[in-house]
Parts: sequence; structure tokens; C-alpha cells
Amino acid sequence: MVQFRLPANSRYEDRPGRQHAAPAGATRLRQFRIYRYDPDSREPPRVDSFEVDLDSCGPMVLDALIKIKNEVDSTVTFRRSCREGICGSCAMNIDGVNSLACTQPIAAIRGAVRVFPLPHLPVVKDLVPDLDQFYRQYAAVEPWLQAAPAAPASGERRQSPSDQEKVDRPSACILCACCSTSCPSFWWNPERFLGPAALLAAYRWIVDSRDGATSERLAKLDEAFRLYRCHTIMNCVEACPKDLNPARAIADIKRRVAKGEG
Amino acid sequence: MSAYPLVDHRPDVVVVGAGGAGLRATLGLAEAGLDTACITKVFPTRSHTVAAQGGISAALGNMGDDDWRYHFYDTVKGSDWLGDQDAIAYMCQEAPAAVIELEHYGLPFSRTEDGRIYQRPFGGMTTHYGKGIAQRTCAAADRTGHAMLHTLYQQSLKHRARFFIEYFAIDLIMDGGACRGVLALDMASGTLHRFLAQATILATGGYGRAYFSCTSAHTCTGDGGGMVLRAGLPLADMEFVQFHPTGIYGVGCLITEGVRGEGGILRNSAGERFMERYAPNARDLASRDVVSRAMTLEIREGRGVGPQRDHLHLHLEHLGADVIAKRLPGIAETAMIFANVDVTRAPIPVQPTVHYNMGGIPCNVQGEALTRADGRETTVPGLMAIGEAACVSVHGANRLGSNSLLDLVVFGRAAAAHCAKSLRRGAALPEPPPRAVEPLLDRFDRIRHADGDRPTASLRDEMQRAMQRDAAVFRTGETLTEGCAALARCHDAFRDLRITDRSLVYNTDLAEALELDNLLGQSLATIHSARNRTESRGAHAREDFPERDDAHWLKHTLAWVDAAGAVRFDYRPVQLDTQGAGVECIPPQVRAY
Repeated sequence: MVQFRLPANSRYEDRPGRQHAAPAGATRLRQFRIYRYDPDSREPPRVDSFEVDLDSCGPMVLDALIKIKNEVDSTVTFRRSCREGICGSCAMNIDGVNSLACTQPIAAIRGAVRVFPLPHLPVVKDLVPDLDQFYRQYAAVEPWLQAAPAAPASGERRQSPSDQEKVDRPSACILCACCSTSCPSFWWNPERFLGPAALLAAYRWIVDSRDGATSERLAKLDEAFRLYRCHTIMNCVEACPKDLNPARAIADIKRRVAKGEG
Repeated sequence: MSAYPLVDHRPDVVVVGAGGAGLRATLGLAEAGLDTACITKVFPTRSHTVAAQGGISAALGNMGDDDWRYHFYDTVKGSDWLGDQDAIAYMCQEAPAAVIELEHYGLPFSRTEDGRIYQRPFGGMTTHYGKGIAQRTCAAADRTGHAMLHTLYQQSLKHRARFFIEYFAIDLIMDGGACRGVLALDMASGTLHRFLAQATILATGGYGRAYFSCTSAHTCTGDGGGMVLRAGLPLADMEFVQFHPTGIYGVGCLITEGVRGEGGILRNSAGERFMERYAPNARDLASRDVVSRAMTLEIREGRGVGPQRDHLHLHLEHLGADVIAKRLPGIAETAMIFANVDVTRAPIPVQPTVHYNMGGIPCNVQGEALTRADGRETTVPGLMAIGEAACVSVHGANRLGSNSLLDLVVFGRAAAAHCAKSLRRGAALPEPPPRAVEPLLDRFDRIRHADGDRPTASLRDEMQRAMQRDAAVFRTGETLTEGCAALARCHDAFRDLRITDRSLVYNTDLAEALELDNLLGQSLATIHSARNRTESRGAHAREDFPERDDAHWLKHTLAWVDAAGAVRFDYRPVQLDTQGAGVECIPPQVRAY
């Protein structure tokens, strides 16, 4: 059997984490186990434990992370911005599932809350992954209106409500990367498989009645890795915090390629 | 001490911020062939424009009679006559073309049956100068800002614009009164970068996080305004802070005015549609300042809902599940997640929540930053501002809903056009003297090694609570004086700041401290400007001066904040002349809805 060697300084089990007990008088305790990695320290990552009093904390996992950063350890590092599930900054692996910390209720998790960075990406620090590859894949599908018939000199392009509806859900993606980083095919071939988020972005333009580059888009996707590494594992659908369906979009792209559409 | 190696960049233009305004400027500059660097502290699609919901205003007339002159009238009236009428005329006249341009970029607008852009009613938007209700706000369901921001980022990719992502702007590089660029920290590597450019465009958004409860993102810390104050330049009209009537009670998440545009109704504990008493014509669709004051009075007089009687109910059950699913799906989701409310069955608990800053960096219609010295107004060479960071002023004392997305694209585009006209690609720039950068590095180094007793979070909390308490929907001289003292204590305490994270790689402890410094300067400007303005106008409601006072206060406040936290004022006249924009000036009138 093949033996894999993990990169140096990558196993968090090798190093004990720090324990932060709750302040005296805490009433409703919950443990948060948070992945810590400081690139400056040259030490392996560790998992720190923080006891949080839920009676003085907001309901979401992000509320707990902010409380920990504000009151216990200000070096805990994570991205966050809108705190209402629309900017996609605080995507992370919570209790083993990729989701947004800001819309993930603590109450929905049983036992200790394990908070890790999105999986299978290089870690910059703590819960901050390097998303460059993910963004490059998004750009690679050229996600902008192309080769449309010339726009009318004045006024909008017309689009029927039923045509608009096809674009409506696919265009609601927030680029949080929960889907792509939950996909085993993406884990194995991140350089070559576009992954669910980028394919959904491609699909958003394929189904847009205003876009005139459908056949070019389909032709570009018609490649063993870019599109066909999707094996309908469906983790993307499970992970999407916006209830989108990248798997269905990918299936529809495959169908259109097979039927020679465009 | 400040031996930080600097990485230099020499684009023609540097844009700071990649929200709607920053992206629109960036893509316009790239299109015009100017070498442009857009630096942003968050990935572009995570900027707070993404959270705008209801829509973007433009008199397209897709849903009935409309005219940009009606839009002009509404905006002037909404501004309580503090808006500059030449700028408002420019924005409203440009609006239809700006929205059509977004559609041509591929923005996925909702549609009418005949395939046109769908438009909904919004607060303060009327036809025939206040007589009818306009349907002017162009919408992509209830995530118009998301649709717009993603579309603009996609266009920026198409034009191969150059982004510096997760670069935190620290300070402006000033030399002899001119802006020569900006010093920034690359969060991921911890390296410092000098961006030296012919023009620096600040598109850094608002500073909603000066308050404890706001609809704004954690990243809305007005970094551009903070940098401008430290550069010895003024901010304008900072006393005008908009409270959005419908933030979710307790958590502050935004519930769009589009809910009321689609027919949603506010009710008090008696089940009464109380807005009928305060604004008999517009009712729930009066201007935001009017609705927020009405709600505050209802709560104060004991007609609030809930165990503390401290909020109100926003009903949309009567709209029906179909309309909600089609027009307001995001609201249904947000209400369920954050208030545990099924909007098809129960009302949303709401309260007025800090939402938008009408004030900002004073600038003209081209986006050039302005200052005043010796009673004369001048532009600041090399410095521009757009979007919520700027004060043109098109919103005056109160912004109308859906005019902000419009502001972003109209003035983002205007700034790019101005640069295309006035700058030469590759023009050589002299090296700024070391004294222009060294103090900036010293300040950065000082904050980075801050070793006092006050963690950033605790000082920020003190500032936010003071602002929430003393610069609220209603203000009095007394509360504002208390607020000035409280903010002075916060300003002094910054010297005693403590940062724990000493690393340079992705140091958010440091970033939050730099943001707090920016917030503190703007909080001081806000609360002092509010104490200084002894009248009530738009969002600035003084209980001790309840009337608008055009004889003394039909003017813009300019506020400077020095290193000691002292605030000094000057003023700019309000532009009542439309400068031949094809519409007559609207002289100040009684403002009733």
C-alpha cells in the first residue's frame, strides 16, 4: 500500500493546545475547540479549547468566535464581515461541515464545537485559508456577459420573467467556497477540476438568455478534468449555506454538452 | 525603529476600496487605459455593497409615469435641502443611463411581464413633485447590492483590472498639501507597500461600526475618513447619521425598505398602523428619518412591543407567500435565521438601527476632495473620494433608500472619467520626500507594539456605547456634551491601547486597532458636529432645537480633528443653483410626507 507522508508541521495532534476555562460565575458552558496555526512560530498547528458562557453570547458560532477574540485571546484569527450570510467571508469547517459561522447556530451543534479552516486549502493563519486557487478557478470560466447581441442603443435588453428565473438562483452564489472545499474531486485535482462554485458560475451565464457565448462556454468546459471530475458526490449541495444546487447545474452542463447544445 | 522595507508600486491611479463605487471607478479607469491598482482589505465581493437589498433608483418609468426631475425633487426634499442641487441634478439625470449600463453588464435584474427591469416603490420616492407614489427602485429580488457588486467585479475581471486583495490602507502619503498615494499593509505577507500615484481615490465606505448597533458589516470602519482626518483635512456633515427604521431587533441585520415598498406595514403594540399619524400621505413609505423618529416616539410613549416594549412589528404576512418568495426571498431567510420568524405567519421585530453616513470626505461632482483655508475653498491635489466615504453632497441631511447604489455607480463612473480626462498614462512622478512617509511608519509601529492596558475590543465597546447613547435618533445639547466628554476619554485611552498579536502575518488584532483609530476620529467629528449644529434637519434631530433653521444652518459643516482630539469647524455653502442642469432649483420648503 502507498505510504503518504504529511508535510512537516501539519499535524495538529502532535502538539497540545491551550485550555481557556470559563470565567467564574458562568452559567451555560459550551466548549469551542479551535484550530490554531501561526506561520511565524514555525511550530505545528494545535487545537485550543475555550469555554464560552452561552448566556452572555449571541446565538451564532461567529458570535462565540468574536467573544473569544474580544475577551479571551485577541490573536485568534478569522475572516468576517457582514455577519448576515451574504458576504461569504466567514466560511469555515464547523463541527465537520463547511458553513458560514455567522448563520450557523451554536444550538444546532451537540457537544464541543470544533472550528477548523475550510479543508484542503493552504492555511495562512488559524481559520484563514488561502483562497487564491479558488478565485483563479472562478476567473477561469470568464464569468461575465459575452458575445451578446449588441445591446440596444437605449434601454435594457429584454428578458422574460421565466428566462430571468433560470439565472435567479445560480447568480445568488456568494463565493464562500463551502462547496468546492467540501468536494473530494476538488481535493484531489484542485489545479484541473474547476469545482462546483466555478462551474455554477459558468452555468449562471450558460442559462442567461442575454449571453451569446453558450457554445464557446460549453466547449471550454468539455474536458476530462474541468467538468467531468464531478462524480455527483453531492457534498456541494449539502454544504451550500445559500441552499443552491451546484450539482444540478453541473449535471445540466453535462447534459447540454452531450446533446451538443450551444 | 521604523525600519520596515517598503515595496513600491507606481500605478497612474490607486483606488482604495472595492465596493460598488471603487469597482465602478476601477473598471472605468482600466477601460480608459490608465494603469490602475485597486487595493481592498476584503476580497471585492465581500465589500458591504453586497448587503444592499432593495434596489437602485432611476426614473426609467418602466412601471408607470416617471421623470428624472421628480427624482431630483424627491432627493432634494429627502435631503431636507442640505443636498447640493447641482450634484443631485447630475445624479438623477445620469441615473437611467447608469442603470441601463449595469443591465448591459449583465446584472440579473428582476423583470416585468414585458421583460423590462422591475421597479418597486421606496420611501420618499414620488411622482409629480410629491403627488403620486413612484415605482422607481430597480431591483434584483431583494439582493440588488449582491447582484451589482458581483456584476461589477466580473466586469473588472473582464477588463483585467489589477487588484491588491486584503491590503489594508494605513495612511495617505501627503506632501505639501497634495496627496501622493497611500501606504498599505499586505495582510497575508505582513509587508508594507507604497502606492504612489497621480490620483488616489478613496472608496472606503461608511463608518457604521462607530455605533454599538448597526446594519453595517464589521469592516465598515470608514478607513478613508480616518486617513483624511490624520492628513489634516476636513470631513463634511458628519452629524448626519441615518438610522434605518427596520433593523432586526437585537441583532441589527437589515430588513430592506423594499418590504414596505412591496406593501409591508409597521404596527405598534395596539396593532395600530401608526405611520398614518406621522405621515398621512406617504405613511410607511415616508423618508427614513421620519419613520425612525416616529418609531422612537411610539416606543418612548409606551406603545412598543415585546417584554421591554422597546421595538415594533413589521408585518408582511398579508403580502402572501408568492410575493414573498418572488420579491423578498432573502428577507424571509434572514428573518428566519436571525429572528426565528416565518414571515408568512408572523411579524418581524424591528427597531431603528444605524445604517448610513450622509457625511464624509467633502468633494465635488468629479470626485475631487475639497478643503478650506483662509476662507477659500480649494481642491486637494491628487485626492478624490466616491461612494459612502464621500460627501458630494447628494444626500444632504437624509439619504433616500435606493439612492446609495445609484450614488456609487454614478460617481464611480464620474471619477474614472475625470481621471481619464485629466491624467496622462505613465506620467512621471517625483519621489515623495522621506518626511512624507516616516511619520506614517512611526504611527504604524507604535500601534503595532502597543503595550498598554486597554485591549482594542474593550475601548471599541466604550466608544460604540457612547455613540449609541449620546448621538441617537434624538439628541439634546446635554447628551451631546456628555458624548463629547465620553469620546474625549476614549481618544485619550487609545494611548493606553494593548495589542497581543505581535506577528505581521494576517494580524487582525493589529487591523482592528488601526480600524478603531479611524473610528475614533470620525466619532469625534460626528458628536462634535452634532453638538455644534443647533437646529433639526433630516437625520439630525435636536430636541432642544426642534426646527430647521435655514437662516443660520443652510450650510455644510466641515470638521477637522487634530492629534489631540480637538475639533474645529468651518462651513461650505449649500449649492441651491442647479447650474443649468435642465431643472429649476427647489427653494427650501416645509418638509412633510
